[in-house]
Amino acid sequence: MNYEPVIGLEVHVQLKTESKIFCGCPAKFGAGPNTQTCPVCLGLPGTLPVLNKKVLEYGVKTALALNCSIQPFIKFDRKNYFYPDLPKNYQISQYDLPLSYKGYIDINTDGSIRRIGITRLHLEEDAGKLLHEGSDAASSYVDFNRTGIPLLEIVSEPDINSPQEAYEYLTSLKAILKYLDISDCDMEKGSLRCDANISIRPKGEKKLGTKTELKNMNSFKAVRSALEFELIRQTKAKENNLKITQETLLWDEKMQKTITMRTKEEAHDYRYFPEPDLVPFVIEEKDILSIKNNLPELPRQKYSRLLASYELSEYEANILTSDKNLAEYFEIGAQIYKNYKNLTNWMLGAFLSELNNRKIAPENSPVAARDLINLLKITDEGKINNLTAKAVLTEMFNSGKSADVIIKDKNLAQISDKGMLSKIIDETIKENPSPVSDYKNGKENALMFIMGQAMKKAKGKANPKIINELLKERMKNA
Amino acid sequence: MAISKEQVNYTANLARIELTEDELNILSRHLDDIIKFIDKLKDIDIKEVAPCSHVIPIRNVFREDKAHKSLDVKDALQNAPAKENNFFKVPKVIE
Ligand SMILES: [Zn+2]
Repeated sequence: MNYEPVIGLEVHVQLKTESKIFCGCPAKFGAGPNTQTCPVCLGLPGTLPVLNKKVLEYGVKTALALNCSIQPFIKFDRKNYFYPDLPKNYQISQYDLPLSYKGYIDINTDGSIRRIGITRLHLEEDAGKLLHEGSDAASSYVDFNRTGIPLLEIVSEPDINSPQEAYEYLTSLKAILKYLDISDCDMEKGSLRCDANISIRPKGEKKLGTKTELKNMNSFKAVRSALEFELIRQTKAKENNLKITQETLLWDEKMQKTITMRTKEEAHDYRYFPEPDLVPFVIEEKDILSIKNNLPELPRQKYSRLLASYELSEYEANILTSDKNLAEYFEIGAQIYKNYKNLTNWMLGAFLSELNNRKIAPENSPVAARDLINLLKITDEGKINNLTAKAVLTEMFNSGKSADVIIKDKNLAQISDKGMLSKIIDETIKENPSPVSDYKNGKENALMFIMGQAMKKAKGKANPKIINELLKERMKNA
Repeated sequence: MAISKEQVNYTANLARIELTEDELNILSRHLDDIIKFIDKLKDIDIKEVAPCSHVIPIRNVFREDKAHKSLDVKDALQNAPAKENNFFKVPKVIE
């Protein structure tokens, strides 16, 4: 029998605010353990949470970008459970009146557009961080710096039909969040986290199978691998008439397999009730409109515009717009350099590989857009050839020097002086009598060899166009 | 609706409370009375009453996104039953 997977994703995004969601502690990553806490986020009795205005604004912004409808009246609720990372023994979250419902993301799979539904998007506070390795094997260690960092939870519909689609959904979602500039979206630092639900059913069947929940994936690739593994595991179980149990599984990156989660956590019964310490919030239509009007251009829009404005292929536009800053870099360049084709080739080729080799984001490139354009113009003018230009770009990345300085310092300028090149050709002809006579006897290929020898003599710096012309001229008369 | 001992036990467990057999018997009776009392609300016609999300009629209380100074680590940890290297130390929660 043929089975199809049904996948839903739950994404938690830490918002890039200065302070926490309900108190004024800094929301910065990387501080020493328990240096960013106060009575509110430590859950001490008698303290009162107050909502950070920016958190609601970022939430509305994201909801609108994900085509969700904003609820005019929202409230917060307590989600009750005991766990050492939760000092109040409840998490302030949203239950029945969340920020927004019913949105979607359009993702590009194999050249066609798939629309993945978003069930809901709500605001909540992050929990603390637990470390399980320390001097005492019987202990865990708690850092409450993360407690109260603002989180957006984005829950997708179970519309995702393959591990690859899950990967595309996450990539598209991350691009949107980065464009909105509301989160760092750094999975390694935990500012973006993803849990996945997966079940399988016979193709065409409407009823859903028993799902398992996958956790502990620390990259989009890991999400895809975990889903691939789980898809095979569940299919095998079905084929052998084994029961699939509803459970939480942890992805083991080293072993590349899922393992049953064994914690001392009780069965989930969160007993939500309204948070009496926070009043409800009314979101006015005019505020929604004002946020909507100030939304930045989003990835799909930028994609369409770049595609139409710069004679790009879909593939090129897709890569350029996958990162807001890469697209911005391109557009700064395109303003001062009209050979878009050449600019695109350079950016997607040499430039991106220099960035990737150094693990640098486009916005941190030591080579600014106008420096790259300067290099392209120098190359177009024939001052250096393409091969040299690539070496110069590497040197620009290494030293931070401009193309002009590098070319001058390393004496890389192309020789275009006809007198000098003629001399080189004369010498080359003299030194290679047999290829020369081969050419005269009709062997066209021999010309390439002589040309290569002349280039070598010029240490690669000869202007290839001029030397080619001169050589042909000279051989005619020789 | 009568409250069974199992329900009391389940609720006690969620609240991390350990109950003796005697307490279980008493509490299931008490809870039964409490719920019956609250059930009287069901007799009231609330068709015209908007759901209450909060008892005080205030909306939209915000703070600006400004960071203030946090507690000193030693103050943050001063009530901790166990601590180590500026961490709160708790019984291991994962096997
Ligand atoms: Zn705090």
